[in-house]
Amino acid sequence: MRRERRRVTGSEQIGPYTLLRLEQGGLDAGIPGQFFMLEAPGRLLPRPMSVCLAEAGELSFLIDPIGPGTRALCALGPGDEIHVLGPLGNGFDLDVEQPLLVGGGIGIAPLPYLSRRLGEPPAILGFRSERHAEAAALLPGAEVCIEPTYVTALLPEERHDVLACGPEPMLAALRALVPDAQLAWEAPMACGYGACYGCAVELDGEWKRLCVEGPVLAGAA
Amino acid sequence: MLLNASGCLDALTAPDVARSLDAFVTKTITPEPRDGNPAVRIAETDAGMLNAIGLANPGRERFLADTLPRLRELGRPLWISVGGFSAAEYAETCAALEDVAAIELNLSCPNVDEAPESAAAIVAACRAATALPLYAKLSPAAWDIAEGARAVEAAGADGLSLVNTLRGLALDPGTLRPTLARGAGGYSGPALKPVALAAVYACAAAVEIPIVGMGGVRSGLDALELIAAGASAVALGTVLFGDPDAPVRVRAELAAEVAERNLGHPLDARGLAHSSLQMSVSRSDNGMQKVPGNRPKVTA
Repeated sequence: MRRERRRVTGSEQIGPYTLLRLEQGGLDAGIPGQFFMLEAPGRLLPRPMSVCLAEAGELSFLIDPIGPGTRALCALGPGDEIHVLGPLGNGFDLDVEQPLLVGGGIGIAPLPYLSRRLGEPPAILGFRSERHAEAAALLPGAEVCIEPTYVTALLPEERHDVLACGPEPMLAALRALVPDAQLAWEAPMACGYGACYGCAVELDGEWKRLCVEGPVLAGAA
Repeated sequence: MLLNASGCLDALTAPDVARSLDAFVTKTITPEPRDGNPAVRIAETDAGMLNAIGLANPGRERFLADTLPRLRELGRPLWISVGGFSAAEYAETCAALEDVAAIELNLSCPNVDEAPESAAAIVAACRAATALPLYAKLSPAAWDIAEGARAVEAAGADGLSLVNTLRGLALDPGTLRPTLARGAGGYSGPALKPVALAAVYACAAAVEIPIVGMGGVRSGLDALELIAAGASAVALGTVLFGDPDAPVRVRAELAAEVAERNLGHPLDARGLAHSSLQMSVSRSDNGMQKVPGNRPKVTA
């Protein structure tokens, strides 16, 4: 866990989202599914973002501008500098035989990096609109569906090792169909390193801090 | 002396951060285990943040058997924050603790129902149960916090921790419903600093026992201001969430502030806020009699 100042190298619009690129420097990119706390300029608390891409000396983060913090991050431009802390949390277990990536909405954020690390396995992505689905360009070859079709309708019959990230109803539906799926959960976090207990959620009767015990949890955990 | 505010650091998941403090203050321990409140538990606001964690903790027995031995391995003085739902519960936990630097009685969590007894009655019960230093953590929401400070001092408190969070509410801009699942939460961060300064200032003039000042500290100057208001130690809270390096930075900034003012030690600034009135009156040279200074006795 290191907190360092990093320069923004680029920022590009992908549908409604922004892909924010930072110089990597000596930072460890971590395991796909791990995340960094990004300083949101002008805000009290940093924002947790999983690594979307780690290549060419850059760490990229896919950000949905839904509030003041994410909007401040999306407004950054080349040359700006922010503090970053990470990599944090537990990423996906990459020791899988038949990987299948499943993502929904902004939850596709960790999948491009994960896909490259796993040799570009099949992927299914779901979005709420055509415009949101432009982000599927980050994962060439992925099957894409748009509401009212859900990713669960596209799941293949044969057994796969499912690695997924997306909205809670999607993760819950996947869990019911694929009990051993690896799921990346999301919750508001103040600190990202186990200090605030803000991101604790109850899963199967056990309370877990998603920042230190997640964000990736095996579905049957 | 630089501490963390209770509930703002887990020394077992971030031991390096804990070791950068002069003492580590635990999250509040209650007799029974508590899961805490359902999500959503935190919300950022324009000038601070709200939390409604709800005293999530493993309970006294597991804390003593499992957590405390691991905390001792840090090699840092340990302050144990104790909570409960009656004076007897607080006192039982105090009686079970030994060989720790201090006990901080959380008499003011805004996120759980309060014990029916007064803060002073709880302090008195704990005083009878332990010889360890007892710090009473008070709420800044009281109209006259100095009155409460005098009462817990009379009941046997060895020090005060000032302040806990203030109760606040945030609404989701989309639904106009409370953002936090519990509704209201504890308000902390920069907005709390003037509230903390006022509480420390009032209590330092009212009691002899030392004060740990906390509330919205982000910089060395913030820490120095709390010392000037009468604190003899300072705790970091919300700032730790965004910056785990804050103890190192605040300590360096505080040293620079002290050097710039030609003070030998941060505590040489203790109580300076109180003597300013005296100085300005004496400087006016208008024949007025000097008002007696109420600068608190330096005990640290």
